[in-house]
Amino acid sequence: MWRNPKTWLFLACLLPLARLVGLGLGHGLGANPIEFVTRSLGTWTLSFLLVTLAVTPLRRLTGQGHWLRYRRMLGLFAFFYGVLHLTTYLWLDQFFDWPDILKDITKRPFITAGMTAFLLLVPLAATSNDRAVRALKRNWSRLHKLVYPAAVLAVLHYWWLVKRDITQPAVYAAVLAVLLGLRLVWWWRKRAGAPATRLSAG
Amino acid sequence: MATESTPRILPTEITPESVYERRREFLKGSLALALYAALPAQAALPAWKKTAWGRDESPNTWEEVTTYNNFYEFGTGKDDPAKNAGSLRTRPWTVSVEGACLKPRTWDIDALTKAFPLEERIYRMRCVEGWSMVIPWLGFPLGELLKQAQPTGRAKYVEFASLYDPKQMPGQRWPVLDWPYAEGLRLDEAMHPLTLLSVGIYGRELPNQNGAPIRLVVPWKYGFKSAKSIVRIRLVEKPPATAWNRAAPGEYGFYSNVNPEVDHPRWSQARERRIGEFFKRKTLMFNGYGDQVASLYTGMDLRRYF
Ligand code: HEM
Repeated sequence: MWRNPKTWLFLACLLPLARLVGLGLGHGLGANPIEFVTRSLGTWTLSFLLVTLAVTPLRRLTGQGHWLRYRRMLGLFAFFYGVLHLTTYLWLDQFFDWPDILKDITKRPFITAGMTAFLLLVPLAATSNDRAVRALKRNWSRLHKLVYPAAVLAVLHYWWLVKRDITQPAVYAAVLAVLLGLRLVWWWRKRAGAPATRLSAG
Repeated sequence: MATESTPRILPTEITPESVYERRREFLKGSLALALYAALPAQAALPAWKKTAWGRDESPNTWEEVTTYNNFYEFGTGKDDPAKNAGSLRTRPWTVSVEGACLKPRTWDIDALTKAFPLEERIYRMRCVEGWSMVIPWLGFPLGELLKQAQPTGRAKYVEFASLYDPKQMPGQRWPVLDWPYAEGLRLDEAMHPLTLLSVGIYGRELPNQNGAPIRLVVPWKYGFKSAKSIVRIRLVEKPPATAWNRAAPGEYGFYSNVNPEVDHPRWSQARERRIGEFFKRKTLMFNGYGDQVASLYTGMDLRRYF
């Protein structure tokens, strides 16, 4: 088990959570601990989303297929931190005041975007297992294209919630732009190349 | 007004525990006080008198008040001001009172605190971001200073300018806001007895991150109206441009009175998290100072003049 890099990756992915627990026990979360935790979990949700999205480009650029083995775990951790992030909001921010939460989701663009991003991730997490991959066949990869709008909405969520200094969301937006841009370039090249292939095949 | 005419006493005569003891978190509070008492003495402020303002509130701890700040001149993170404000030099410091008045004057900061009797007032502070604190301020009513300047009939508003010096205030190297920080009040708001010019908290000089050496405190308005590190106070005829209003006019109005019924376009203002508390509490109209200030706004549509 300890020789399997996945074990180490799994433990590494738990470090952000362990850090929060440690800071909490040591009273290191600052004057507004709930805000600190909500924000930290949001940041990690987005970071894991982007790392997950980096796997495919990394595989293509390095030509090494083994990266793909870690993608599912990374994606599920994005969802895991997303669930915790949403939980802090529902519980520690709104105290399960459902009418207020509903109003918040419909009225505040940044919450609407965050919630939509999260809901888009739910079917992806639910189908992140071998059985679902087999059952859905080609539809699986179609379904999992939802991760693109989810990531865009997540960055928007961040962009819309900051008061003035947009440096941080801009950094995440730039990374996402590169990750999606690469795919666009590849898709474009493939499309341009496709008719030729078909001709030669015919 | 709720000022109590207790005799002037020396700061050293005050038993801090009796004033600052927090009913909840007693242990944490007394620990903070012990640390706070152990801090090296700073340049002493003149004697002050206590007032009845906020006697029923339990103030936030020194640590909360001095490590969780919005002061973009030192960075946009809440912990940035405490980390970076060491570069601010607060002596020598002058504050000029100018504009539409008969007796303009440039005040030395120490002359100012000697000329106007200091008092301690415990006020609630509500940030536009949805959190709040209770802070024991030391200061004097801005109105006293303005009266001395003798505003002319043309004086309708008061403009406040904070220090501009990117060398001392590293955050000013980025155009996050249009520097220097500018704020403004209507003359009657500025003259209101609740409006304070503060030079200290917790019986000591203001720490740099809290707006040293002198700042405004307008407890019924969102925190950003209370300009920090002020160098100029000008009496003017027209509503002055203010920093946050210029940055996002749809989100931060000139008045910015605390109002649970008028939401920020991007978040609700109905509730707030009092720093140190677990549950959120309901935000009060005019931050709970309606009895004193509501009459300033009779007949005004507070949705329009947010
Ligand atoms: C995939 C989904 C999501 C991602 C990637 C995400 C990401 C983020 C990020 C990066 C932040 C800012 C952290 C910072 O300021 O340092 C944040 C803050 C926040 N998010 Fe999310 N979020 C997601 C979903 C949600 C959902 C579903 C909700 C609630 C319905 C939500 C509510 C909030 C709140 C309340 C804040 C804090 C705002 C503040 O402190 O001012 N997020 N999120």
